[in-house]
Amino acid sequence: MADSVISVKGLRKSYDGFEAVRGIDLEVGAGEIFAFLGPNGAGKTTTVEILEGYRPRNGGEVTVLGTDPESADRDWHQRVGFVLQECRLVPELTPREAVEQYAGYYAAPRDVDQTVKLVGLADKADVRTSKLSGGQQRRLDVALALIGDPELLFLDEPTTGFDPSARRQAWDFIGGLRDLGKTVFLTTHYMDEAQALADRVAIISAGRIVATGSPEELGGGRDARTEIRFRLPEGAHAPDLPFAVRTSARIDAGAVSLTADDPVPLLRELTNWAAERGVGLPGLQVSRPSLEDVYLELTEQVDGAEGSR
Amino acid sequence: MTGAAVVLHQFRFDQKVFWRNRVSIFFTAALPLIFLLMLASVTQDDQLSGVKGPTYFVPAIIVLAVISATTVKLATNLPAEREAGQLKRVRGTPLPPAAFVAGRVGNSLVISVIMVALVSVIGALVYGVTIPTHTMPAMLVTLAVGAFSFSCLGFALAAVIPTAEAAPAVTNATVLPLYFLSGVFIPQNEIPDGVLNVADAFPIRHFFEAMFTVWDPNTTGSGFELGHLAIMAAWGVFGLVIAVRFFRWEPRR
Repeated sequence: MADSVISVKGLRKSYDGFEAVRGIDLEVGAGEIFAFLGPNGAGKTTTVEILEGYRPRNGGEVTVLGTDPESADRDWHQRVGFVLQECRLVPELTPREAVEQYAGYYAAPRDVDQTVKLVGLADKADVRTSKLSGGQQRRLDVALALIGDPELLFLDEPTTGFDPSARRQAWDFIGGLRDLGKTVFLTTHYMDEAQALADRVAIISAGRIVATGSPEELGGGRDARTEIRFRLPEGAHAPDLPFAVRTSARIDAGAVSLTADDPVPLLRELTNWAAERGVGLPGLQVSRPSLEDVYLELTEQVDGAEGSR
Repeated sequence: MTGAAVVLHQFRFDQKVFWRNRVSIFFTAALPLIFLLMLASVTQDDQLSGVKGPTYFVPAIIVLAVISATTVKLATNLPAEREAGQLKRVRGTPLPPAAFVAGRVGNSLVISVIMVALVSVIGALVYGVTIPTHTMPAMLVTLAVGAFSFSCLGFALAAVIPTAEAAPAVTNATVLPLYFLSGVFIPQNEIPDGVLNVADAFPIRHFFEAMFTVWDPNTTGSGFELGHLAIMAAWGVFGLVIAVRFFRWEPRR
């Protein structure tokens, strides 16, 4: 990929004999919002910290903005911004001052006031950061990461601990970074966050990438089967169902469920059958798996395999 | 920004943060002055080591104030900032680590100079202590060597202290006993020689002796205590080596 911003091949990292990252590959293109999704302890933060240059690796190739982060110099840091997972602000400073301080570290920083405004803190610009809400503090974290006008922004679990409305606001804001032309590498353990924001998603579980693709591809990919559920209508019994339905369904106390790659022919048979008999299909549901279902399935599979070792 | 400009920038914000924090103002700026007023007042009529009480305690409290502004301040603030992830965040910017360190040392140095001035002026105005003239160059050199060495020792302590919670305890357990043994809180003529010999193994005693000579009206020469200054500087270099070797920017997890 010519415009690849992050390129990872065969990345490995162990701590005291425990393999936290077991050979992963990643490509992130310029201008993408890329979500790195996985449960706690899957190797997410380890991977991000290697990409950020905070941690050395045991094996594999890593290139971020054309440089190996392990040997990155101060110039490389001019081009990257980090929003760390846990980082408190200096309580004695105001948002404007904190941003001004960080602006001084960069060769060509963005405008201070404009950046404070961009993260929605214009009316809080001159209060001490200790007086800001959790969501406001997090937005100031983002302002500090943006002030150097980086090409690439790492956001490590930006909305952990937020209430639902604060999360929605954060999402609107992160989505807006796309318009600034930034490449965003987002770490999260919320499926809906990845679904709402990302162009592409990689799911990591127990140190391996178990799936990559757009949220739509992952949610409705070739392996994803549609599920049909209904209850047997009054007076009907399992053997009465159409052959195609009867043979693939699971029937449990009158509750019928079946999955299919292409649900349309089955649904046609089923609705014709119901129409002929003059009955309804109580509780009929047709659903495609969400990213969340795929995620739970993928991460459970691996966990199960680990557990039975 | 150029190297010097970014150090100045960093220093400016360190100063702003310091003067806005009431706790740091109390412990670093107010407490040494309270000690001066207490100790000098109760010893006004005493002769201590051949000088009047206040003349003894002005250099003693200068030593205390400089160590508070350097070692104690750095060794308590830096582990807290490390644990808060603030050092890690700074490390992720183009700010050179040396500029960060220089800003902090500059901050401690300026606070030290302000404290030395305050202690000297209060000593002179309230207790009639004579501010040194012919030993003034020696005083400035002693102050510079002290601020440098005790800043290095602050970074060294910050490097070996594991958590923010442990920082004040470890720091105070290190400096407080040495203040007593070294003649800072108790006049040295009342301390047994054996104890002073123990104190000689540590840098605070040497800082006090060098500073005392500067303020002692019986000092006839220029007041440079080269031996004591050399030992202080050696401690500073030792601290620097420890700091460079063990200082961490990231919290322990």
